[in-house]
Amino acid sequence: MVRSHILVCGGTGCHSSGSDKLFENFESELKAAGLADEVKVIMTGCFGLCALGPVVVIYPEGAFYSQVKLEDVKEIVQEHLLKGRLVKRLLYTETVAEDTILSLDNTDFYRKQKRVALQNCGVIDPENINEYIAYDGYMALAKVLTEMTPQDVIKEISDSGLRGRGGGGFPTGKKWSFAAAQPAGDKYVCCNADEGDPGAFMDRSVLEGDPHCILEAMAIAGYAIGSSHGYIYVRAEYPIAVKRLKIAISQAREVGLLGDNILGTGFNFDINIRLGAGAFVCGEETALLNSIEGKRGDPRPRPPFPAVKGLFEKPTIINNVETFANVTRIIRNGSAWFASMGTEKSKGTKVFALGGKINHTGLVEIPMGTTLREIIEEIGGGIPNGKKFKAVQTGGPSGGCIPACHMDIPVDYDNLIAIGSIMGSGGMIVMDEDNCMVDIARFFLEFTADESCGKCTPCRVGIRRMLEILEKITSGNGEMEDIPKLENLCNFIKENALCGLGQTAPNPVLSTLRYFRDEYEAHIINKRCPAGVCKKLLNYYIDADKCKGCTLCARNCPATAISGEVKKAHVIDNEKCIKCGACIDSCKFGAISKR
Amino acid sequence: MPERRFYNTGGSPKMKNLAELQALRDDMKTKIGVRKDGETRMRIVVGMATCGIAAGARPVLAACVKEIETRKLTDVVVAQTGCIGICQFEPVVEIYDADGSKTTYVHVTPEKVPRIIASHVVNGSPVVEYTIGANAN
Repeated sequence: MVRSHILVCGGTGCHSSGSDKLFENFESELKAAGLADEVKVIMTGCFGLCALGPVVVIYPEGAFYSQVKLEDVKEIVQEHLLKGRLVKRLLYTETVAEDTILSLDNTDFYRKQKRVALQNCGVIDPENINEYIAYDGYMALAKVLTEMTPQDVIKEISDSGLRGRGGGGFPTGKKWSFAAAQPAGDKYVCCNADEGDPGAFMDRSVLEGDPHCILEAMAIAGYAIGSSHGYIYVRAEYPIAVKRLKIAISQAREVGLLGDNILGTGFNFDINIRLGAGAFVCGEETALLNSIEGKRGDPRPRPPFPAVKGLFEKPTIINNVETFANVTRIIRNGSAWFASMGTEKSKGTKVFALGGKINHTGLVEIPMGTTLREIIEEIGGGIPNGKKFKAVQTGGPSGGCIPACHMDIPVDYDNLIAIGSIMGSGGMIVMDEDNCMVDIARFFLEFTADESCGKCTPCRVGIRRMLEILEKITSGNGEMEDIPKLENLCNFIKENALCGLGQTAPNPVLSTLRYFRDEYEAHIINKRCPAGVCKKLLNYYIDADKCKGCTLCARNCPATAISGEVKKAHVIDNEKCIKCGACIDSCKFGAISKR
Repeated sequence: MPERRFYNTGGSPKMKNLAELQALRDDMKTKIGVRKDGETRMRIVVGMATCGIAAGARPVLAACVKEIETRKLTDVVVAQTGCIGICQFEPVVEIYDADGSKTTYVHVTPEKVPRIIASHVVNGSPVVEYTIGANAN
């Protein structure tokens, strides 16, 4: 008896802008209007357009309401659900036509996207296993258990060309075949959900929007390598994801899709959750294994690789959340379908978390081979406030900055490495002319220096020394020999650090040195920060012609660095000035500038 | 996050084989049919302005939804619209075929709905005696 579904986004983005309250209000308003039996409210995962949250979508019309507030709920219920009239002022502007609404697929944000890993995000209720099953959930597991041998499964995954989505890009089928080749006995399947890159939220969105697909894929992996036990290592900072995973596991156990003798085939598989305390290094696979075992999260030397000697010294495969999310779809649709998307060496799609100076902050999934320009200008809607694009940072602290001249490069694993960055897990931070590239490099090094586990010297000491040099440059004390010193350290750490995190930590410095060396030189030679970010290199000036002598700036200056008489031009004493910018904000005549 | 009612699988016994999983999927598919974009064969639109509601459009809408569900017509959508200007004929139900042609049924009651759906929606032949053409005078 349900004629209409209200989908309220329950991803972390929309949740933090109050979507849980919206959900409750919809239920109570529907009840008050007597519609509770014919309209159903569903809390889903992320729709992707986080910049416009909270998002509410109403079917069958497919009306996409954005930035919905509590006080709008009554109007939507009364107008849309009772009288069938769209509430136009709340519709996402790109979907509004003359007197009908256009499909979301035709908007700039969604047109070039292809949702594979995010297929069910924003479509199903992640806390209801039956909705997942309605969208062919667990059919891939059923197919594997009833029609395929473990070798068939590995071949299918290998043929699809799927590569690890956590950052390394190692072929998934190959990883599985290594573990499958180990002698039978205890083996483990691990899911790496310890997403730690600043600005990345792809894995969180999959876990929140479609937790069952991870469980299903892990069971498939278990069948392929001969394992009956899985662990999901997820960070405790993702409370919604953890809660939905727990619900998903208990529901799957209840209906017998996890546990003993799944679907009467004699295959056993169960999954446990381990919460991470948020150390960045625990996203590194060997440190993650230590952490699951209850030990300190230090990386282990490789070899032996986890596929041979992993969790509890048993053969183990570790795959990232997004990798697993692709597995169920490959099994259902076939490897040829998956391999038909993407570029020659990078098949399928990739999810990116768009952030920074971009209009459509949010989650996008695009076929491999889409250009950066398409992602940033078309899907992302360009840079806000008419500013100029400067660079895009991919791969988080392990990645690099890509300048405007490489905007037309098709995004795949190998192309990004060739231009000095990496695919990484999928964070994409856009920077405009107001960002200082030396400061960005310093920011990422500060992060890796803090998060270094300290086990190996190149990472523990080397990164600290690099950070010191960068701080020296941004504070105006840099010397020209600092640049070759930095480069030496970068190359040494790259070759000698123990784990992937240390080896890639110099990337932000190397790539900014490669493309924005002039900014480093401006800091060192001219003692100037071209973007106006590095505080110690800035001086504030009052334009005597524009200043009316209103004294507002002098009254707002916390350091009493501004002097001058009423109705006469004021002056800033740059010795006293603490570069807080309060004067610029207070001046009504635009007379104060920094340079 | 406030605790939402925890979805209960109804204490259903564990699934024993593939056939049981398929049966559950097919059953669930009919329940989420409204969430499809652009894959519908037909649209049934009920006039739900003040005039329509006053004339009894709500039970008509409910009857439409119920009939669609019982017949498991997953490619048909039931929607509402506002006043189309023929208030004296309410409750009004319009059926849009895949080719965009429209049939307008007037003075619809819940009792008339099963016949309209069986004849028009399922078998493709409109119930002429209920249409506006037959009732204009």
